[in-house]
Amino acid sequence: MTVGDMSKVATTNGTTPATAKGGKAAGTIANWADERLGLGSAMKKNIRKVFPDHWSFMLGEIALWSFVVVLLTGVFLTLWFDPSMTEVQYDGAYDPLRGVHMSSAYASSLDISFDVRGGLLMRQMHHWGAMIFIASMMIHMLRVYLTGAFRKPRELNWIIGCLLLLLGTIEGFTGYSLPDDLLSGTGVRAADGFMKASPIVGSYMSFFLFGGEFPGDAIIPRFYAMHILLIPGLLLALVAAHMLLLVYHKHTQWPGPGRTEQNVVGYPMLPVYAAKAGGFFFIVFGTIATMGGLFSINAVWKYGPYDPSKVTAGSQPDWYMGWPDGLLRIIPAWETHIWGITLSWNVMIPILVMPPLMLMILMALPFLEAWITGDKREHHLLQRPRNAPTRTAIMVALMTFYGLSWAAGGNDIIAIKLHLSINQITYFMRGAVFIGPVIAFIITRRWCISLQRHDEGKLLHGYETGVLVRSPEGGYAEKHLPLPEGKAYALTARDDDPTPETVEEIDASGATGRSARLRKLRAKLAALFFADNVQKPTAEELHEAQHHAEHELHELESQIAAGPNRHGPAEH
Amino acid sequence: MLVCGLLLTGGLYAALAPAQADTSQDEAALVKEGRELFLVGCAFCHGQNGEGVLTQGGSQYGPALTDVGAAAVDFQVGTGRMPMAQPGAQAPRKEVVYTEEETAALAAYVASLGTGPAVPDKELYSTEGMSQKEIEALVVRGGQIFLANCTACHNFEGSGGAMPRGGYAPKIRGVDSKHIYEAMLTGPQSMDTFSDGNIPPEDKKAVIAYLNELDKAPSYSGFTLGSLGPVSEGIIAWVGGIGFLVGFAVWIAAHTTRSSKKKDEAAA
Repeated sequence: MTVGDMSKVATTNGTTPATAKGGKAAGTIANWADERLGLGSAMKKNIRKVFPDHWSFMLGEIALWSFVVVLLTGVFLTLWFDPSMTEVQYDGAYDPLRGVHMSSAYASSLDISFDVRGGLLMRQMHHWGAMIFIASMMIHMLRVYLTGAFRKPRELNWIIGCLLLLLGTIEGFTGYSLPDDLLSGTGVRAADGFMKASPIVGSYMSFFLFGGEFPGDAIIPRFYAMHILLIPGLLLALVAAHMLLLVYHKHTQWPGPGRTEQNVVGYPMLPVYAAKAGGFFFIVFGTIATMGGLFSINAVWKYGPYDPSKVTAGSQPDWYMGWPDGLLRIIPAWETHIWGITLSWNVMIPILVMPPLMLMILMALPFLEAWITGDKREHHLLQRPRNAPTRTAIMVALMTFYGLSWAAGGNDIIAIKLHLSINQITYFMRGAVFIGPVIAFIITRRWCISLQRHDEGKLLHGYETGVLVRSPEGGYAEKHLPLPEGKAYALTARDDDPTPETVEEIDASGATGRSARLRKLRAKLAALFFADNVQKPTAEELHEAQHHAEHELHELESQIAAGPNRHGPAEH
Repeated sequence: MLVCGLLLTGGLYAALAPAQADTSQDEAALVKEGRELFLVGCAFCHGQNGEGVLTQGGSQYGPALTDVGAAAVDFQVGTGRMPMAQPGAQAPRKEVVYTEEETAALAAYVASLGTGPAVPDKELYSTEGMSQKEIEALVVRGGQIFLANCTACHNFEGSGGAMPRGGYAPKIRGVDSKHIYEAMLTGPQSMDTFSDGNIPPEDKKAVIAYLNELDKAPSYSGFTLGSLGPVSEGIIAWVGGIGFLVGFAVWIAAHTTRSSKKKDEAAA
């Protein structure tokens, strides 16, 4: 169907699908399809679907479109990549490796880079696209969390998002491992070590995955199957579910005049949002293509074929695995030897415990908050981060932990580039990953509350005009003017914080036992969660403020009228 | 018999000595000049006779130079690492202080203190006179030796890497071939010594040929971002990629359906 037809459909509110007028070819085809597939009525509803407009709502789109780019470039790469560990002698265009023995996988990676037309561009676009895919999922997740968009009824979509982040990471890791260059192989070797660090079952898991002793000749074909079939399939299914739920729940929106919990104010899918989103696809595609064309990523020919006896300085995982690598780098060498078994806490804690733990914390966040606040209402209006200080502070604390662990993953590069001692960086990070999040939590929380107070000040005393007035007594004061109504509305269009039951209430009700203890814990947490928050002003307070503002305005006007400057600047 | 032997030796010496006398006299003059330079510029840390100086705590203030050889001096002084400007975790490469002649004199003096490798001859590290095919084969072999022995500290492209306690394996790209050879031979600072038994001279030459090839080769894949591996790539993905795309998201969201700004303002 063409856009022209759709615009005709969209002009009516009738219950029957509009039919194309005239005997134009496109209309005939559209009609033919509609009569058989019922597309008309289905699309009529959905192409007028309204999406609210805000830059932060487009972060998830970056993820979607970069995923499309990665799929497209990935298909190209499968045409040339040979996922085999068969030993071959390289005979391609890159001179410094000619004659070297290597796996077919690595040789075909070199061929893609040097002998396949456009192959290097596609490889680099695929890799940059993957980096951006995961990064954009993460900033999208931050947006959803910090604006409270994860609240009822969207908790399940939050969980799907977390799973997408996990799958994207695994997808990235398997892709990183495929070219079988020195860096890939070092990563696979590390993964082998991580598995073997699992108590008792470790070596069995490793032998199972590698089909024998590391490295064997099965790992590349196995990763390939996961990388191009299993995980992309799961990713696609979850992306579809994620977006269906988005359509079903309708998009959240910022509060403002005319925006309620019951409606969505924005632009329809066609033509506006389709144009914006479609255009954004090309921007994402163009950005990734530019990066692929300009910036080197994983120059496999420099690393040489993987050989377990070799390693290179600067062996790091791609960025999304950087934070567990950082924890691995800074943890002290803790090991326990018991009954002939070595428990490598120094590997288990950063790699086998922390990432799953972080994922579980992420997935639990919506439920934890709902339990503490007792808020079971549906929410379609977003909250500004400042209006949920504790929530915002929790995320900033998690981000601080993440960021510090991440930086620790680049400790060697930091050391050589900033002329520091790698040991001192390590000692600093050991403390900072614990202290940093606490400091970040406190600062963020107080910062949010200060911003709330600032909002309250603007509502009750007006905004600062920058006009300084000298009183007859000689004192100076800045005049404030009331906020425009729309802004004042947006600031006040928020719910007061819920008031969960207090410990005293539970005591007074005479409840005892385990459930009462749990309720008391919850009451204490809720008190901490909402402590010091500023609620929006009451109607009376606003009314009073309005009166005061009017009075001030009159005063200002009379001062100007009576002041020395009424005929222009004073003469000297 | 003894007399005969002595006579023979004496006779032979008398016959051959004049030819050697010249060079040994030159050598002696060079050593003398080197010693004078050494007393001014090096002895404070390395001792008046290169015997080394210990700190009160018993650690090395300046190590003994009695068995380091001329190659070590040529490397340390020829790359500006010595004399050190200040004590520190490691002597950094910096501007060269001594002229070539002075460096040679210092090397001759230090070599006279004991054993140690001499400054390598040019044919040991230069590919001059080799055919294109031979050089290509040398580069391939050198690449594999480089990856096996050097990249663990110096990184896959010779961009350098971190060592414990503020030390570092320096960037080894754009370094004089002779100095690379000497570094392998003498193992300066925290570097291992790759003796000729460990990496034979022809393999050292291969590594140098590979590094020179890397210098000559174009960057096939675009800006290399310092050739530091995934860390710099991650920074570009976030700052360049995500930063740029979020900027575009803000730009798109800031534009409404109205086709021109004028109309937009008129409507407002």
